[in-house]
Amino acid sequence: MKHPMAAAAREGLHVNKIRADFPILARTVHGKTLAYLDNAATSQKPSSVISAIETFYTTMNSNIHRGVHSLSEEATGAYEKSRDLVRRFIGAESTREIIFVRGTTEAINLVASSFVQPSVKAGDEILITGLEHHSNIVPWQLVCGRTGAVLRVVPITDEGEVLLEEFASRLTPKTKFVAVAHVSNALGTVNPIQAMVTLARERGIPVLVDGAQAVPHLPVNVRELGADFYAFSGHKMYGPTGVGVLYGREELLSTMTPYQGGGDMIKSVSFEKTVYNDLPHRFEAGTPNIGGVIGLGEAIRYLSSLDWRAVEEHEADLVAYCTTMLSAMPGVRIIGTAREKAGVVSFVVEGIHPHDIGTILDQEGIAVRTGHHCAQPVMERFGIPATVRASFAVYNTREEVDRLGKGLRKVKEVFG
Amino acid sequence: MSDLRSLYQEVILDHNKNPRNFRVMEDADRSLEGYNPLCGDRYVIYVRMDGDTIEDVSFTGSGCAISKASASVMSALVKKKTKEEALRLFSQFHDLVTGHGVGGNEEGLGKMAVFAGVSEFPARVKCASLAWHTLKAVLERQTTAVSTE
Ligand SMILES: Cc1ncc(COP(=O)(O)O)c(C=O)c1O
Repeated sequence: MKHPMAAAAREGLHVNKIRADFPILARTVHGKTLAYLDNAATSQKPSSVISAIETFYTTMNSNIHRGVHSLSEEATGAYEKSRDLVRRFIGAESTREIIFVRGTTEAINLVASSFVQPSVKAGDEILITGLEHHSNIVPWQLVCGRTGAVLRVVPITDEGEVLLEEFASRLTPKTKFVAVAHVSNALGTVNPIQAMVTLARERGIPVLVDGAQAVPHLPVNVRELGADFYAFSGHKMYGPTGVGVLYGREELLSTMTPYQGGGDMIKSVSFEKTVYNDLPHRFEAGTPNIGGVIGLGEAIRYLSSLDWRAVEEHEADLVAYCTTMLSAMPGVRIIGTAREKAGVVSFVVEGIHPHDIGTILDQEGIAVRTGHHCAQPVMERFGIPATVRASFAVYNTREEVDRLGKGLRKVKEVFG
Repeated sequence: MSDLRSLYQEVILDHNKNPRNFRVMEDADRSLEGYNPLCGDRYVIYVRMDGDTIEDVSFTGSGCAISKASASVMSALVKKKTKEEALRLFSQFHDLVTGHGVGGNEEGLGKMAVFAGVSEFPARVKCASLAWHTLKAVLERQTTAVSTE
């Protein structure tokens, strides 16, 4: 699939050149070159993003949408430019559909409070899947607790897949909302999201897609997908922490009540009557993360400069290479063997707890995540307390996967 | 490797593999669950008291090598000790793994000394102290599960 913003010519991926764009990759940990394999938690940031943020604070720092002075105008311009970059990046129709938030978590909570909670009543159903991140579970439990609606869960298979028949059979006349991950952070599974969205929309059920793990790895076009809401975080796509995006179809956003009240989200306030601002500002109360939004815009510029077909090929190669290596190691079990995966390889080693593995790998300069990955129901489904997770980005290499393999042999040495 | 060996000492690996007092205690008069949500370590500590003395202590559950070995060593250390002695051992252990003030005085620590290396791994202090926190709560007759978060 062609990325909506694929300006770059098809010329393959120059990983060494890319690595040079990420200053942190040059540092050492315990005397060893850093092998950063924890990208699903947060990715590293290229120099261009870091310097865009620095430039904002050193040359135009001011508040937005309020001053008539030059700095404020420049900052507002840069902030709104980022909004348009996001719009083009995900193929939205209008910048009115792009709301800046703190991250995926806040985006989901916004939809839960302002769209779903006011529209469900006792006995209605909200449908999620068995592979969701806690941030796509707990907001719905809160809505259910307040309204008497019921949370339904599509089970996952032993491979960690969501079957379309299982999904379709749980879309009933009671289903009032669907919230699903595009890509699972714990297993790497890529859901058949297009078919899922279509099945729900055919029945008139609005859908939110949690795209936190998808946007860094796959081209996403929200108009083609047809999702009503799409949420993602800047920090997992080479942008800064503390900023993310909620895309919402204008038709729905324009009927929604505000999420938070405050400055910027109003047109006029009197003690008798307050008139809310237009979209998207109605949902951006208070001074936003201006520097972060500008950094996110720069991250999108960076991503758009890459040959996306090559990015996908490169990351798929790393997942396959890592999977083959681990499968050949005695006592290693890969958790999540879906046919379609992106960026993530989760595994356990017989008799050795993931936490011990994480500590020993860290001594080798290898950063992996160990734990439940904010997806405890997934761990329960596989009957394990935790996994080790290697997750990849554009700058990772086969050599780093080899180092992971060597590190795991050392783990086995220590544990005899 | 030397840093790692200071954490994963032979004694710790042995207690992880063959934990002592690793069983359900049918006639326990108190028990409590301790849980570290960050890594999923989960243990139940059982005690049977004779007056103020810990007549017997055992544990079940699962977790990383550090947490399991710590529970095992703890169970061996506190058996037949009074509540007060056990709590004093906990405070020594706490100082040891957080790197506070046992400098040079490791002799008095007995088996506990093998956990000195933990202080160099701040992320693992909670693993090492989970069983101890749970024991303290049991001895103080707390009834809600202990969580180290
Ligand atoms: C699939 C998924 N959804 C949601 C989130 C939450 O994102 P954030 O913590 O940036 O709000 C994450 C991040 O870990 C994730 O991987």
